[in-house]
Amino acid sequence: MSAGGGSTVEVILAQSIDERIEDALSPVSSFIEGIVFYAVPVAGVDLPLIVLWLVSAGAFFTYHLGFMNLRGPKHALELVRGQYSRPEDAGEVTHFQALATAVSGTVGLGNIAGVAVAITLGGPGATVWMIVAGFLGMSAKMAECTLGVKYRRTRPDGSVSGGPMYYLEKGVAEVTGRVRAGKFLAIFFSISAIGGAIGGGNMFQANQATAQIIAVTGGADSPLTDLRWIVGLVFAVAVGAVIIGGIKSIAKVTEKLVPLMAGIYLLAAVVVIAANLPAVPAAFGEIFSGAFGADSVTGGIIGALIVGFQRAAFSNEAGIGSAAIAHSAVKTSHPSSEGHVALLEPFLDTIVVCTATALIIVISGAYLDPAAGELGGVALTSAAFATVIPWFPNVLAIAVVAFAFSTMLTWSYYGMKATGYLFNDSPSAETAFKVIFCVFVVIGASLSLGPVIGISDSMIFMMAIPNVIGLYIMANMIKREVHGYRADIASGAIEKVGPIG
Amino acid sequence: MPGTVLVGVDNGDASKRAVEFARDRAKALGVTLVLVHVIPWSPYSFSTPEENEMRSARRKSELAAAEEQVLEPARTIVGDEVECVAIARHGDRAELLNALAREHDSFHILVGRTGESRMKTKLFGSVPGQLIQIADVPVTVVP
Repeated sequence: MSAGGGSTVEVILAQSIDERIEDALSPVSSFIEGIVFYAVPVAGVDLPLIVLWLVSAGAFFTYHLGFMNLRGPKHALELVRGQYSRPEDAGEVTHFQALATAVSGTVGLGNIAGVAVAITLGGPGATVWMIVAGFLGMSAKMAECTLGVKYRRTRPDGSVSGGPMYYLEKGVAEVTGRVRAGKFLAIFFSISAIGGAIGGGNMFQANQATAQIIAVTGGADSPLTDLRWIVGLVFAVAVGAVIIGGIKSIAKVTEKLVPLMAGIYLLAAVVVIAANLPAVPAAFGEIFSGAFGADSVTGGIIGALIVGFQRAAFSNEAGIGSAAIAHSAVKTSHPSSEGHVALLEPFLDTIVVCTATALIIVISGAYLDPAAGELGGVALTSAAFATVIPWFPNVLAIAVVAFAFSTMLTWSYYGMKATGYLFNDSPSAETAFKVIFCVFVVIGASLSLGPVIGISDSMIFMMAIPNVIGLYIMANMIKREVHGYRADIASGAIEKVGPIG
Repeated sequence: MPGTVLVGVDNGDASKRAVEFARDRAKALGVTLVLVHVIPWSPYSFSTPEENEMRSARRKSELAAAEEQVLEPARTIVGDEVECVAIARHGDRAELLNALAREHDSFHILVGRTGESRMKTKLFGSVPGQLIQIADVPVTVVP
């Protein structure tokens, strides 16, 4: 930058728009990150308290609800197959649809880029801790989605929506008798959710989708390298066309493209694993020794655990509260039925998709490349696929764009609902949020990965503070809901009625 | 005579002819006529959060529109001389017609010819075609 030896003014002029945006936002990112990720040293490694907060919530609800993450999935599958849906409810939102909507918002770049970041920073052992976090996350997800349905709102126009802002306000007041405490948590959550929507639900997605587009158009030589903001602008126009312009056809294409891409992604992962079959036992060896070993480079067991938990939580969003918004529109008179269905979400997201990504990165040995740390994110995953399927980065670019776009649309909805809560469903406030959301698509695309990960993680994890406090306060109520529902299923008070449609 | 005659209805011309044909048959046999309008819907389709939020309200308006635009005109064609039951429901057209025929003890299902193009029928099949394949009772397709 200073090669020409010019004045400060010249230096500023020489900076690209991307760099100027990054310079302006990096201190903000560091500041927020410092607060949300306040860490204490444990065995020589910094342990962010927020990660402990989320994992504790998952562990608590796993125990408190009686290991529903093991006992619940069978019934969840029966619900998803429509075996408890009444024929006269045909045409309403089914358990399958609520789950698919939530999963399409969750399965995104956290599964592709986030996992690569985890393995770069925490080594192969992070995979095991991601799976453990996914398993514990199932219980937290069950708790929050049960409440999401229990306290959802039906408006005079017939629209149905819910989420932490409603269950924190009403549920906490109901349990503690403190109306203001519930309201405070709900407002805290809503403000964080707006930040989370703009951070992880938007900037991180735009950033990594742009990175992949640049990677497949020539990498450092790509004509788009210094024009990331233009790629962001194209994304912003597409997002704006849907969320502001109401062009549903784009959303329709996306919602069909995402499951297709997820299928292709998993299939390609199987191909990569099959092509490296002899390396599989050694890869598992590395994963397990990394998870329980003491590799000083990656911080040993604690380092792998922290990174694994952090990336899993970012990916499956259990305890964050976002899924409760997506699940709440389902047609059911038993809130815990949707809680059961929500168990499947971290399972699919983390235990299936994240593990697939981790396996191909470890098995292909892509993470051993000295440049792996620099590649980071989606580029490392892409390199891992390319070791077996050289043309796959192009397909991955389409998948990444589809995932990123769908996650952005879903999170714009979460942010809009939070805005609606804060401003009493004011249409002008919701429109203002949508415009700001689109602006941040451009900003997210322009920054480098570091500051974006910082802001994204901070904002998303901040949502977990009020949400998990509320879950603890309502823990006994959740337990009664879940166990009461299961008793009704066991006694036959709630009967199977067969698939609908 | 026990049982009913079931006719699938929409707002096409062939459907009107099917209702007339079914009415005459129900009248001749002295049985109840079941009018069914199926709103195409799958429990396994993918939807956006906004669609989910509005789904319940939209379902109500779809059922109201079916009642007003399809079932009421069909009832008018049937008239007072034949006892008739009218149902609007969401689902897969062929499967739901067959399921409702079973539920209402129907011994005959009638539908109007849907008139899809040859190519579309080859690719996706037609409702009468699918119904003929899966129905438990005789099916008449009225041109």
